[in-house]
Amino acid sequence: MILTKAQYDEIAQCLVSVPPTRQSLRKLKQRFPSQSQATLLSIFSQEYQKHIKRTHAKHHTSEAIESYYQRYLNGVVKNGAAPVLLDLANEVDYAPSLMARLILERFLQEHEETPPSKSIINSMLRDPSQIPDGVLANQVYQCIVNDCCYGPLVDCIKHAIGHEHEVLLRDLLLEKNLSFLDQLRAKGYDKTPDFILQVPVAVEGHIIHWIESKASFGDECSHHAYLHDQFWSYWNRFGPGLVIYWYGFIQELDCNRERGILLKACFPTNIVTLCHSIA
Amino acid sequence: MAAVLESLLREEVSVAAVVRWIARSTQGSEDNAGEAAALSSLRALRKEFVPFLLNFLREQSSRVLPQGPPTPAKTPGASAALPGRPGGPPRGSRGARSQLFPPTEAQSTAAEAPLARRGGRRRGPGPARERGGRGLEEGVSGESLPGAGGRRLRGSGSPSRPSLTLSDPPNLSNLEEFPPVGSVPPGPTGTKPSRRINPTPVSEERSLSKPKTCFTSPPISCVPSSQPSALDTSPWGLGLPPGCRSLQEEREMLRKERSKQLQQSPTPTCPTPELGSPLPSRTGSLTDEPADPARVSSRQRLELVALVYSSCIAENLVPNLFLELFFVFQLLTARRMVTAKDSDPELSPAVLDSLESPLFQSIHDCVFFAVQVLECHFQVLSNLDKGTLKLLAENERLLCFSPALQGRLRAAYEGSVAKVSLVMPPSTQAVSFQPETDNRANFSSDRAFHTFKKQRDVFYEVLREWEDHHEEPGWDFEKGLGSRIRAMMGQLSAACSHSHFVRLFQKQLLQMCQSPGGAGGTVLGEAPDVLSMLGADKLGRLWRLQERLMAPQSSGGPCPPPTFPGCQGFFRDFILSASSFQFNQHLMDSLSLKIQELNGLALPQHEPNDEDGESDVDWQGERKQFAVVLLSLRLLAKFLGFVAFLPYRGPEPPPTGELQDSILALRSQVPPVLDVRTLLQRGLQARRAVLTVPWLVEFLSFADHVVPLLEYYRDIFTLLLRLHRSLVLSQESEGKMCFLNKLLLLAVLGWLFQIPTVPEDLFFLEEGPSYAFEVDTVAPEHGLDNAPVVDQQLLYTCCPYIGELRKLLASWVSGSSGRSGGFMRKITPTTTTSLGAQPSQTSQGLQAQLAQAFFHNQPPSLRRTVEFVAERIGSNCVKHIKATLVADLVRQAESLLQEQLVTQGEEGGDPAQLLEILCSQLCPHGAQALALGREFCQRKSPGAVRALLPEETPAAVLSSAENIAVGLATEKACAWLSANITALIRREVKAAVSRTLRAQGPEPAARGERRGCSRACEHHAPLPSHLISEIKDVLSLAVGPRDPDEGVSPEHLEQLLGQLGQTLRCRQFLCPPAEQHLAKCSVELASLLVADQIPILGPPAQYRLERGQARRLLHMLLSLWKEDFQGPVPLQLLLSPRNVGLLADTRPREWDLLLFLLRELVEKGLMGRMEIEACLGSLHQAQWPGDFAEELATLSNLFLAEPHLPEPQLRACELVQPNRGTVLAQS
Repeated sequence: MILTKAQYDEIAQCLVSVPPTRQSLRKLKQRFPSQSQATLLSIFSQEYQKHIKRTHAKHHTSEAIESYYQRYLNGVVKNGAAPVLLDLANEVDYAPSLMARLILERFLQEHEETPPSKSIINSMLRDPSQIPDGVLANQVYQCIVNDCCYGPLVDCIKHAIGHEHEVLLRDLLLEKNLSFLDQLRAKGYDKTPDFILQVPVAVEGHIIHWIESKASFGDECSHHAYLHDQFWSYWNRFGPGLVIYWYGFIQELDCNRERGILLKACFPTNIVTLCHSIA
Repeated sequence: MAAVLESLLREEVSVAAVVRWIARSTQGSEDNAGEAAALSSLRALRKEFVPFLLNFLREQSSRVLPQGPPTPAKTPGASAALPGRPGGPPRGSRGARSQLFPPTEAQSTAAEAPLARRGGRRRGPGPARERGGRGLEEGVSGESLPGAGGRRLRGSGSPSRPSLTLSDPPNLSNLEEFPPVGSVPPGPTGTKPSRRINPTPVSEERSLSKPKTCFTSPPISCVPSSQPSALDTSPWGLGLPPGCRSLQEEREMLRKERSKQLQQSPTPTCPTPELGSPLPSRTGSLTDEPADPARVSSRQRLELVALVYSSCIAENLVPNLFLELFFVFQLLTARRMVTAKDSDPELSPAVLDSLESPLFQSIHDCVFFAVQVLECHFQVLSNLDKGTLKLLAENERLLCFSPALQGRLRAAYEGSVAKVSLVMPPSTQAVSFQPETDNRANFSSDRAFHTFKKQRDVFYEVLREWEDHHEEPGWDFEKGLGSRIRAMMGQLSAACSHSHFVRLFQKQLLQMCQSPGGAGGTVLGEAPDVLSMLGADKLGRLWRLQERLMAPQSSGGPCPPPTFPGCQGFFRDFILSASSFQFNQHLMDSLSLKIQELNGLALPQHEPNDEDGESDVDWQGERKQFAVVLLSLRLLAKFLGFVAFLPYRGPEPPPTGELQDSILALRSQVPPVLDVRTLLQRGLQARRAVLTVPWLVEFLSFADHVVPLLEYYRDIFTLLLRLHRSLVLSQESEGKMCFLNKLLLLAVLGWLFQIPTVPEDLFFLEEGPSYAFEVDTVAPEHGLDNAPVVDQQLLYTCCPYIGELRKLLASWVSGSSGRSGGFMRKITPTTTTSLGAQPSQTSQGLQAQLAQAFFHNQPPSLRRTVEFVAERIGSNCVKHIKATLVADLVRQAESLLQEQLVTQGEEGGDPAQLLEILCSQLCPHGAQALALGREFCQRKSPGAVRALLPEETPAAVLSSAENIAVGLATEKACAWLSANITALIRREVKAAVSRTLRAQGPEPAARGERRGCSRACEHHAPLPSHLISEIKDVLSLAVGPRDPDEGVSPEHLEQLLGQLGQTLRCRQFLCPPAEQHLAKCSVELASLLVADQIPILGPPAQYRLERGQARRLLHMLLSLWKEDFQGPVPLQLLLSPRNVGLLADTRPREWDLLLFLLRELVEKGLMGRMEIEACLGSLHQAQWPGDFAEELATLSNLFLAEPHLPEPQLRACELVQPNRGTVLAQS
């Protein structure tokens, strides 16, 4: 699952302006049958997020919001059961969940005296039953379950994936009898990798003091952000370490090995410990 | 001056008497009357003798070394101060001196350039020079004796001469006003000694603040013709006084006269001063003149001068030992003599015993002289590094002139331990995160904590970027990183954040720069690269290669200016770019503290009686420890000096006159950043000069021009000068400082005295101490100074410029193949924290004295062991208390808190109040800590001491050591515990309280204990993320939009719920948020089932789920909710308007599944009847289509009409009639 930059670019090329629906995903899988589904989804999600970050602002002008809201109102007046909001989001190339949030905010502004707080909006998105308007509740719900890149459900899935891989890694470490520190934040550390090895080991000739688990694909954008926000910070505090991108990464990014950041797409098989080597 | 030398040469006075005369203000009793008389009349000149001698030698050698490697000089001015002028020494208005050295060819030019002299040796408005100038103009300018005198002397021999000087007081007094060598023009090839050799007393123009900013200027290595221009245009903005130019003209003429020869020399084409790169090019067209002992002229005279010179060196009357050695080496390796004889035809070789004839008439003379001097300093030579020794021993001239010395050198070479390497593998690592100091508790606020977190990362980011780019041409620190650094500093608002950052900065500084390797240049990333490229075995070779490549640039001549090599540059530039007052202040505080701490570190002291073999092993470690401390101190002091004097340094020349006075008045009010005077005094008293002085020198090397004028620092310089004088290398005896220790001090002090900001006359003006160094008398019997703490490696590490000697010799040998291989010794850089602890401050009283006495007669390792054990056990004891007593109390606090919460109900009460209650109950228990701690130390310490001491340690010693260790450990632990235990308990309880309250949360999720998976579970259940994703797909299919061919099979649904059960039962991968979402999704799924909204795949006709299948699926869900979910399931969502509304869309509406579900919920105790009733009630308030509202009301009634079944048994009975609701609904 380690892709060359060229392979990655080929996949990313296919993702331009594709809506984040399950249908799109299905097509992507057919197009790249050799790649794992999780890798494809991760790449898709990241590419889509990049796209949204780029275009986010234009959907948030007051003119845009107003025009979306009017179109929504017109749509539901015609047929409240039709996927008005979802179609609108796909049409203007915006994430359905984010569109739902936009419209919900606008709706609440109109119907409540005080502008809605963020936590109220979030709570309504998590549980659309709380939305005072039944039609809007259904529309919002539809957007959320049909969005495979944004929304509370997707967030939860991502969180769960991250957690699962951490657990997986912990088990592997225990299995290899490598003692580690975790739950470091509780001990007063400011920035902490998932695991700090109590005794450093060597992987492929590189000393490893810590291991970070990333249940995503390591593309340039996210990797650089991680380097800046996390990996170098870990290096600054604990020395060189290992990052596992469980869904693969772009080969060319693994260029900081000498400087103390090693990338892998799976748990390393050849770990050299201080006293003896584990085959 | 010259008279003295003359007397010497005529053997009127003995060398010993002369040296005594110079070194002491009073005459020793051993001087005979004649000598005393001869010398006493010259008393006024005493102070001037040494500078005179030094200048004289430079002057004399100038013809020999025109092509030679540059003789050290700190500044162009300094070089200007030096004689080294080919034609010969000064004359003309400098009557008295030119009498002595009347070079013929100069006479003609003297008239042409009368003004030349006056500035000849001046670098600028320097006081000494001014003085010289004045003397020139007022005093002797009219004198025209020089030529005549010279001639006369030459003709008549020496006896007539003294009459001139001695019997002519006015002359003498005039002499005093003359800078002895002041009029000597700049040497041709930079073969001049330090400019410092100017003893003339103060004149009114004197200002110590002359623009000596030219500090970095290298020795001039050009022929005279190009020199002035080079100086004028030098980047240090030092113009030469006009005199130089006239001299230049003078020399120009001379040059013409022997143009052919000089044209051969490539040197004229290199006007830029060149540093430390001795002449491969120079050797090109010139053939070396062979030196022959048989052709030495006037042996006796040379011997005498050499003896006087050597004695001055030996008595430390010269400012810089190594500078003189360098000069001597230059003479030894002089390549050829510039033939001045053709222009000096009158010079007759007959007058060999007078100073009138050139001292060095040939290369043979130079080499002879050099070897004579070297013979006197064999001891110093034998302590040079192996490479230098080898080069010296292999020097054919040396062999030729003194086989005996060569033999001794060879022996010394063979006995030399190891080659000194200046390059060590760099060790760059980040400062590791220390939970004890870096955690949140040490910050005033969350914000400060997070700011520091960010800062740490920005700091390393900047560092990495610097590493990547600083060697790129055109990259500029300030441009590249300045704004980022300032932005970062801007965030440090709180004072405590500054101190945290400074701590990081300082630690990183120590880690990266402590070793010379760190200073060398390789940094992060590079070393591992090399490793992986070459493998470890090739690494040594690579480092040697690197060393070879780097060595020539590593130091600039024998007196390089203070620099920030390698990584140090980063830290300097960081400080400059940050330009933050707060940062600098905190940094100074922190550096000062660390310096004091390290300076006061109880380094093991040498025990002279420690004769057993073990001591050797010990010394190895002790030297290493000393080296680490010393290098750290030097680094810290350098930066302290840099920062402390930063505000006062600038490129502009220092002020003079009134302005200077007012500045002095102002500055003398400012307390020193660190009381270095006291530290120095204490260091001298405690005989720790070898530790204190090297770092003090680093500190002072950054002083600005005003500093040496301040009384406070004057005192320091006076002390240092006295120390310098007292370090006579030849006096080795019991109770004196070790040889290498002395050598180190001489080297660093000599270096300091060459720094431009140190007034040049300071050295010679300072009245030497009457005799020995007075503090010696009160010193303790044994101090660090008496211990062999300095080794060759440390000497060369601290004074890399000593390596210039080797380079000079190496350049003599063609090619540098003379270098031998060998392994480098490395000082393993360790962090300063590992240096062992200072003895506890509180250990006082008789017991402490006894303990001290006990250690006094034991090997130093014993003391270290005991202190180490005490320190560790004490620290462990605190941790032990934390893990046992405090942890128990925290557990008590938790259970007390639970009780409190139960009694007070959900609200719990004010957390702060709760905490107070708990603490008041628990803190008294902290008193046990002391007893427990004592017990712990008692139990643990003896074993550790036993394990660490040699087995043959006598029982009594062992038990004493154990007891002391126990005592010290207990003291340490109890001191900490008694001061901190209450706060510690409080803190831990507070953390526990907030933890408990958080866990309590808005939804009391703690429905009993969370169950893990069973022991047999192999964790093969599907992952929660996968299930959420699958269920989400089903939900999205159901909600639509969907393609016509999309749908799910009932089997898939069943399988999905089965998997959900597995996942919920194996909780290995399940986290609370995932479970919450699964619960919610399962409720949504149930609603869709009830409303029959799930698109079923199958034969086209069958798009609806069969009732039975639906019911089975609902049963599965009910069971999951009941049995497997451990978190709350939002079942009330089943009756939310939105989900009930789903039913509205179905035709015909089917209510039976809903009713079935509601009844099951009640049955299984998942929802209370009342709760459902409330939900149904609120459903009526929503707006529904008319018929739907009616049906809903019917359902409500039906549900409500059912008998209330409070007993579980009855509910179980009902299970057998599952269809009742359906029947009702269908009716």
